[in-house]
Amino acid sequence: MKGVIFEIRRFTVHDGPGIRTTVFMKGCPLSCWWCHNPEGQFPQPEPWTRTEKLDGKVFEKQMIIGQEWTASDLMTEILKDRVFFDESGGGVTFSGGEPLMQPAFLMEILSLCHKHGIHTAVDTSGFSPTEDLMKIAALTDLFLYDLKLLDDKLHVKYTGVSNRLILENLHLLLDLGKPVWLRHPVIPGINDTFGEKERLKELLKQFSGKISVINLLPYHSIAMNKYRKAGRTNYLESLKDLPASDLQPMADELEETGVKVIIGG
Amino acid sequence: MNTRVQKLREESLNAVNKLSPERALLVTAFYRSEKAAGLSAPVTRALCFEHIMKNKALWLGDGELIVGERGPAPKATPTYPEVALHSLEDLKVLDSRPKVSFKVDEEMLSAYRDVVIPFWKGKSNREKMMTLLPREWHDAYEAGIFTEFQEQRSPGHTVLGDKIYHKGLTDLIKEVRLNLESLDYINDPEAFEKREELTAMEIAARALISYANRYAVLLDEKAEAETNQERKKELLEMAQICRNVPAYAPRTFHEALQYYWFVHVGVISEVNPWDSFNPGRLDQHLWPFYRKGLEDGTLTEERARELLQAFWVKFNNHPAPPKIGVTALESNTYTDFALINLGGVKADGSDAVNELTYLILDVIEEMRLLQPSSMVQVSKKNPDAFLYRALKIVKTGFGQPSIFNTDAIVQELLRQGKSLEDARNGGASGCVEAGAFGKEAYILTGYFNLPKILEITLNNGVDPRTGKKIGLETGNPSGFTSFDDLLKAYQQQLRHFIDIKIAGNNLIERLFAKNIPTPFLSLFIDDCIAKGKDYINGGPRYNTSYIQGVGLGSITDSLTALKYHVFDKKDVSIQLMLEALRANFAGFEDLHHKLVYETPKYGNDDDYADEQARIVFNMFFEAVDGRPTARGATFRINMLPTTSHVYFGSVIGALPDGRKAGIPLSEGISPVQGADTHGPTAVLKSAAKIDHLKTGGTLLNQKFSPDFFRDETAIQKLGSLVRSYFRLDGHHIQYNVVSAETLRDAQKHPEKYRDLIVRVAGYSDYFNDLGEDLQNEIIRRTEHEGV
Repeated sequence: MKGVIFEIRRFTVHDGPGIRTTVFMKGCPLSCWWCHNPEGQFPQPEPWTRTEKLDGKVFEKQMIIGQEWTASDLMTEILKDRVFFDESGGGVTFSGGEPLMQPAFLMEILSLCHKHGIHTAVDTSGFSPTEDLMKIAALTDLFLYDLKLLDDKLHVKYTGVSNRLILENLHLLLDLGKPVWLRHPVIPGINDTFGEKERLKELLKQFSGKISVINLLPYHSIAMNKYRKAGRTNYLESLKDLPASDLQPMADELEETGVKVIIGG
Repeated sequence: MNTRVQKLREESLNAVNKLSPERALLVTAFYRSEKAAGLSAPVTRALCFEHIMKNKALWLGDGELIVGERGPAPKATPTYPEVALHSLEDLKVLDSRPKVSFKVDEEMLSAYRDVVIPFWKGKSNREKMMTLLPREWHDAYEAGIFTEFQEQRSPGHTVLGDKIYHKGLTDLIKEVRLNLESLDYINDPEAFEKREELTAMEIAARALISYANRYAVLLDEKAEAETNQERKKELLEMAQICRNVPAYAPRTFHEALQYYWFVHVGVISEVNPWDSFNPGRLDQHLWPFYRKGLEDGTLTEERARELLQAFWVKFNNHPAPPKIGVTALESNTYTDFALINLGGVKADGSDAVNELTYLILDVIEEMRLLQPSSMVQVSKKNPDAFLYRALKIVKTGFGQPSIFNTDAIVQELLRQGKSLEDARNGGASGCVEAGAFGKEAYILTGYFNLPKILEITLNNGVDPRTGKKIGLETGNPSGFTSFDDLLKAYQQQLRHFIDIKIAGNNLIERLFAKNIPTPFLSLFIDDCIAKGKDYINGGPRYNTSYIQGVGLGSITDSLTALKYHVFDKKDVSIQLMLEALRANFAGFEDLHHKLVYETPKYGNDDDYADEQARIVFNMFFEAVDGRPTARGATFRINMLPTTSHVYFGSVIGALPDGRKAGIPLSEGISPVQGADTHGPTAVLKSAAKIDHLKTGGTLLNQKFSPDFFRDETAIQKLGSLVRSYFRLDGHHIQYNVVSAETLRDAQKHPEKYRDLIVRVAGYSDYFNDLGEDLQNEIIRRTEHEGV
């Protein structure tokens, strides 16, 4: 069994507790307008041109985004930073793309992690067959669960899929008592409207006590270059970065629901 | 800080570094006089010291609480003509060079022209040394294979233990006399030498007491004239303190600080011991005085803070004495590497952090001075709060404190044969050097250019920069059929040059021991009195000589590139590689790109590359460790560059790792600048693959943007990073916290950044005082951006 992975990043400090290694798995059923890992959307490896500069000269290198990994090789890579996980209460985070697009491989690597006693987090859109999610949940210590839009029509428009399954899955996970950090990207003009905020508040009230924390992630245009290089359309081309400090009023408002709010990851 | 301290600090920052002829004139007058004729070296040196301490001008600044200056005023810096004689040309260079300059006035120039140079020409220790050292030493030295610390400064590098907090100089004189009386002139062949050394120690001890008494008289006079009643009282109190210390054991916090400072001034006036003399474990030494003072009501926390701050200013008033010659690149700085140690463990192995530790950390943060430098010793037994407090100071971006692994230091010292208690009472000094405080002479002898050895190897013993054959003929590299052949040749060359270095060191050691012993310093380092032997002649309980390896990242990546492309993948022939190196990669752009971008590199937790780091480290270790020195010490290694990686880079042509000619080498055990692309944990893992416990110190520098310190959670993660590295036996880590943007702006507008201090390599320096290429290098160093 092999998984397709497009990046492994060590010393990530925003993807769960402690010092972590984040494994970015390729393929995502959603296509969010603000996606900052567009190279993670297609499930298959794809060609990519990297430019490297040396002494003012530019070298263009052809490479493939997305490599096949066996679970045991991946485990070796993850274990390299074990001492840092142990000291900091960190571990590994599977992100993407959408890690649940590769459920069998994810299951295999998660169970290996558990054998080694490594804390596991799964960063998911929640858009996954419930059966898969439940199996994964049994091997996952923490979910970073994306909640993008609560209005279903808008969700379809901006992400390409309905949010009904996502919300159902969230209910189930919370009922199971799984630790969940909600991740809410704030995209100016798209989900920072009065209506969306009210709906989010409702949801938080409903699950207050069950949701450990909600992270408000201010929009940033860091991925713009990736879109250009891949020749892909970015519908948010002209959208400017949202300063984190602009989110304080929203954070204060959401805190009233009793859920802890953190601006940024 | 209060207005008094503010004023003292401001005066210290604004004082102009200048050269003072005072000491050189006193020393010259002494050596010309009849007093110096026909005496043994130790007694001559002690009388010379006495002459200095009895005649030097006394400085007393307004509002000062701790008294004593090396020169006639703050930052008025003496010279040491008996060790190395500045020429008039040198003085002009020092006066006019844009970085680390020392003003030279007419008084200084004429003193040198008319008195100092005419007397010392041909007699300074440096001139004698250079005449006696063999041709092959000079060849290697001029090629930039190694540097020599004792070329311009006397053997130093030690740190005080707790002796002075229990004993006054009168107590030490009693010990000296007891030993003098028990000398066995019939059976001990060294008895006469011991007599001279012990006699010299007593003269030196009395000289410092008389210096303190001169201050007592001056303070009384000032008190007499003082109209402000509060200051008058203070001056009278200070006069009393100077009558009690250093003659008798200190009774109060203030006396303890003043005693240390008198000793400090004595040590750096006697001669210019390279380097780093300092009180060491300050929070341990002062703790009993602090607690007692608070308990009996004679001290408040605020007064202790003020005294410590006044003490800090004293260090900052004393720039390192400038070198001679124009080889400014090698290691040039105002800092004299005094490194205050905090935290760690007590002699019984328990957690040593106390309330005073935190108070001193406050002082460090508030004072924000270049000197003294500071470090925290972090043992697994120390609380996290202590580490976090230190990291919050690191965050303010002036490069202090640096962070050391107590548990590793203790094991390093134990491996070298120190007792468990002495190891636990030790720490690190200078840049990162482990030592048994108060009991060891651990003398740095010079940096060793590991990548240059490869260049010589690839040229069959010839230095391509000069065309001179200075190494062994280890064979034309075209004939190497395996990577092992190359490694064997490298090892032969390495041993060859280490032998040259060691032979030179032995000669230099004897020369200093014969001509410039240090009876004053010897009083304070156990067991010099008991043995009747000098600090630089085997008197201390432990004696170590270090050779400092430089360029680990560069040599590792260069060997890896050869292994990978020439011997394993065979996609580059050795001939092509050599041609490209000779051409400095001009016309070989694709190969250059391949070497830089498509070759495994040290610093990425990649065993393929890191293996070469282990191999070179072990070769270096085996070539040096355990060999005896002329004074009965043992040679050891450590891995630190100060700023020599810039100088060493300037003498090497292109290297197989893609580094072009003249570019600085990697510093400490850090990866080549920009070669680490897998983040800080991968760097730490790579760096931990060499066995730190076999060294006397390694230096690892990591630069973080301030964002990494933004809140409590972030600080905790950095704390975990430190703890993890220390679990892997890492010796030391320092964080540079400043954005590249800030540094670029500082290059453009130096005037706006007068107080910008950055971590260079094991020490901090004013950014403005660094050479432009070193500034550029610091900017280039991988900045681990937030993820």
